[in-house]
Amino acid sequence: MATEHIVVNCAINGESQTFLANERDSLLEALRDRIGLTGAKEGCNNGNCGACCVNMDGRIVNSCLVMAAECEGSEIRTVEGLAMGDQLTPLQNAFLEQAALQCGICTPGFLVAAESLLEQNPDPSEHEIRYWLAGNLCRCTGYDKIIKAVQQAAGQSVV
Amino acid sequence: MVTAQSQPQSKETEQYNVIGTRPIRHDGVDKVTGAAQYGADLNLPGMLAGRVLRSPHAHARIVSIDTSKAEALDGVKAVITNADFPRAADAEIDTGEGTANLRWVLDNVIASDKVLYKGHAVAAVAATDHHIAEDALELIQVEYEVLTPVLDVRDAMVDGSPLLHDSLHTKELDGSSSDNASNTASHLQFTKGDTEEGFAEADVVIEREFETSMAHQGYIEPHNGTAYWRADGTLDVWTSTQGAFVVRDSVAPLLQLSPSQVKVTPMEIGGGFGGKIPVYLEPLAALLSQRTGRPVKLTMNREEVLLATGPTSGTYMRVRMGAKSDGTITAADVHLAFEAGAYPGSPVGAGAMCSLAPYDIPNQKIDGYDVVVNKPKTAAYRAPGAPQAEFATESVLNELAEQIGQDPLEMRLKNASVEGNTTAAGMPFGVIGNVECMTAAQESPHWQSELEGPNRGRGVAQGFWFNIGFESSAYAQVNGDGTIPLVLGSTDIGGTRASIAMQLAETLGISSDDVHPHVVDTNSVGYTQVTGGSRTTFAGGWAAYECAMDIRKQMEQRAAQIWECDAGDVAYGDDAIIRGPADEDGNDRQFSFKELAGQLATSGGHIVGRADVNKTSSGPAFATHIVDVEVDPDTGKVDILRYTAVQDAGTAIHPAYVEGQMQGGVAQGVGMALNEEYFYDDSGDLKNASLLDYRMPTALDLPMIEPIIVEVPNPGHPYGVRGVGEVPIIPPAPAVRAAIASAIGVHMTELPMSPRAILDATVLDED
Repeated sequence: MATEHIVVNCAINGESQTFLANERDSLLEALRDRIGLTGAKEGCNNGNCGACCVNMDGRIVNSCLVMAAECEGSEIRTVEGLAMGDQLTPLQNAFLEQAALQCGICTPGFLVAAESLLEQNPDPSEHEIRYWLAGNLCRCTGYDKIIKAVQQAAGQSVV
Repeated sequence: MVTAQSQPQSKETEQYNVIGTRPIRHDGVDKVTGAAQYGADLNLPGMLAGRVLRSPHAHARIVSIDTSKAEALDGVKAVITNADFPRAADAEIDTGEGTANLRWVLDNVIASDKVLYKGHAVAAVAATDHHIAEDALELIQVEYEVLTPVLDVRDAMVDGSPLLHDSLHTKELDGSSSDNASNTASHLQFTKGDTEEGFAEADVVIEREFETSMAHQGYIEPHNGTAYWRADGTLDVWTSTQGAFVVRDSVAPLLQLSPSQVKVTPMEIGGGFGGKIPVYLEPLAALLSQRTGRPVKLTMNREEVLLATGPTSGTYMRVRMGAKSDGTITAADVHLAFEAGAYPGSPVGAGAMCSLAPYDIPNQKIDGYDVVVNKPKTAAYRAPGAPQAEFATESVLNELAEQIGQDPLEMRLKNASVEGNTTAAGMPFGVIGNVECMTAAQESPHWQSELEGPNRGRGVAQGFWFNIGFESSAYAQVNGDGTIPLVLGSTDIGGTRASIAMQLAETLGISSDDVHPHVVDTNSVGYTQVTGGSRTTFAGGWAAYECAMDIRKQMEQRAAQIWECDAGDVAYGDDAIIRGPADEDGNDRQFSFKELAGQLATSGGHIVGRADVNKTSSGPAFATHIVDVEVDPDTGKVDILRYTAVQDAGTAIHPAYVEGQMQGGVAQGVGMALNEEYFYDDSGDLKNASLLDYRMPTALDLPMIEPIIVEVPNPGHPYGVRGVGEVPIIPPAPAVRAAIASAIGVHMTELPMSPRAILDATVLDED
């Protein structure tokens, strides 16, 4: 059971990174255990909950389903890369103002997924938001306030 | 103050400055930037990774365990089994959701002579890397003698059923124990009046049987536990728990340590709903750390969470209820048999207490049975026991209303429990909002609207949960700039830092932004019970109130000292102005809170407020829910079209988080109603131990959930708070059942009311 280690070069949140991955590491494990970015969370480790969502080369991926070795040359954005210092994004502010999180464990995944939605579809309908976020499970909020936070960030009026 | 939204305060909270507003939660920024540290995020120097070997069988005797090959694997530092633990005392300990025998607590953490459910822990490994730890599990050789599993609560109660525990005898109503060993751990009963007389007075009597599946709390964060056993014999534990003190008081006796040797630091917690009260990994991490001299972190994967951590009970229930043709309920007979899982301790008692509590029924008999089966030991799950029990009673009540031809809310109002009534369990009601919830539901835009279309229906149901109080502590020092670090022992699962800090701020007359709440370890704050029982904003808020009153008194004394007058002549006003008697020249003397705070250091030293409360009272919670559904007759799938949740919060401290509790409770209740089930095969193998197959509601499954907060202040709390967390999970299942009946004319008798169940009851019924 000898383990190979692999050198991986990629850009994470705009900074180039070189790290040594265990050949069995997922991107999620590499982010958390090798690089020390623990914002992406493990909820299920098989792609069903979305807590580990990161943006990889412009696409939303469940980082538990991506092998770390696959990330050579990739650009990866995690929840830690959303805010500029203490300047939160409109979506992050909307999550706070709408009370769109309770325990907060799913929040990083929702933020990364919803930022990507708003990049691609700046004025989504409620159904489009729900459809886009259906891969992210939240057990605390019933989704109501999360949907409203995305609507607020999209500049829509929120009742 | 940073106020999130411009919503006005409610009529009930207009008298307050802070309560009833919606400030940004204090821990919010950390949680939207990824900075918040949850249990699994901890990384300590030299830390080892641990994994747990679990039983592939639901019921088996462990013949032997050989760990030698695993121990020989490069990178493995320790392997432990139950035999490595000190022999547990035959003693009851407080588990935060009642008490449990320490031996059974240890046996559930790691099996001794028998494994009692698939996924039961058998051994644990610590290694330099979690991949190596996983490899090591495959090298542990366990020989099992497989036994017949008992998987159904009714089968388990039958004489001659295979026994899980040879030493378990039924605790009877009179406190005696059965002669023969049994899977029925206890029988309880509540009675009132004479049910036979009551049924004789009824014009309509309905009896129904129900079965409900085990369902999981479904928190998104799996369990974790990290421990470091220091060379001086003290133990540090870091974990995602609802009760750091419960973890301390479970881990210490299991490892024969004094509580003073164990420090538990509650990390941020990724959901709990009751399921993160028991210890699972913490004792294993502690012993592995002792063996290796290094910190050890254990985490579960999702399969382990579903297999081996507390779901709520599956049940068999039977309800008979009778009413006069005018809608007066004359009698009810409730039989509740709850699966406890592998060890005694289902929530059947709480279910029995709640089952008929919303109604003043003169004649009642409620029987409850706590029964062990070869499934995971159940843990508390949001209003433990009540969603099942009230599903049964509310469903029969709805059918009675239908048969009599009475509006279901009118029938509830006719029978509603009010102040002065006492439940069959002996709980007297003071000021409650039961009727107020029902009338608010009647007046709601939802109830007033028409529902049209084929296969559509509307349902309504009531919910009751008693809530609890108990111990909470709060310490607060006044800084020179008038800000206050507030030290708390309650894990914050859904905004309680904010709701407790707001009550401190209100009492002192300052902004909640000037209060900085911190959740600290068990050595740094007084004993605080679990974040559960809907108690945290209630009891934590009460502690904050008393802590603030302590500060007010000390500041009055300090002002008196500065002004050289009697403390009795100084008054701290609700406007945060400390006023004294006029000076010799007749000038008014006063300090603002911040002015006096700035003088504390030079006038005698800083001030620390302190409160430890232990409240045996609580504020009972009621809720009324309305739901519209559409049933697809071809697939059996039920869509939720519209949902309104009405609930009495007493006083809504932070209304946005009260709404959040209501909406989240609805989502879990809808999951329990429509999809979520533990699906076992005959061998006791859980066939759906993943979040793909254990199907919790997604954003696409739910509409917006309309919250209506009713405020009937609880006279037993300084600010009128009732707990809000639990009751909203109760009404969804019976409300959805009634809506399905209204849509397609079928009265379901099981949970979940999945497409399969609905097709069974409709299409297959017609054949």
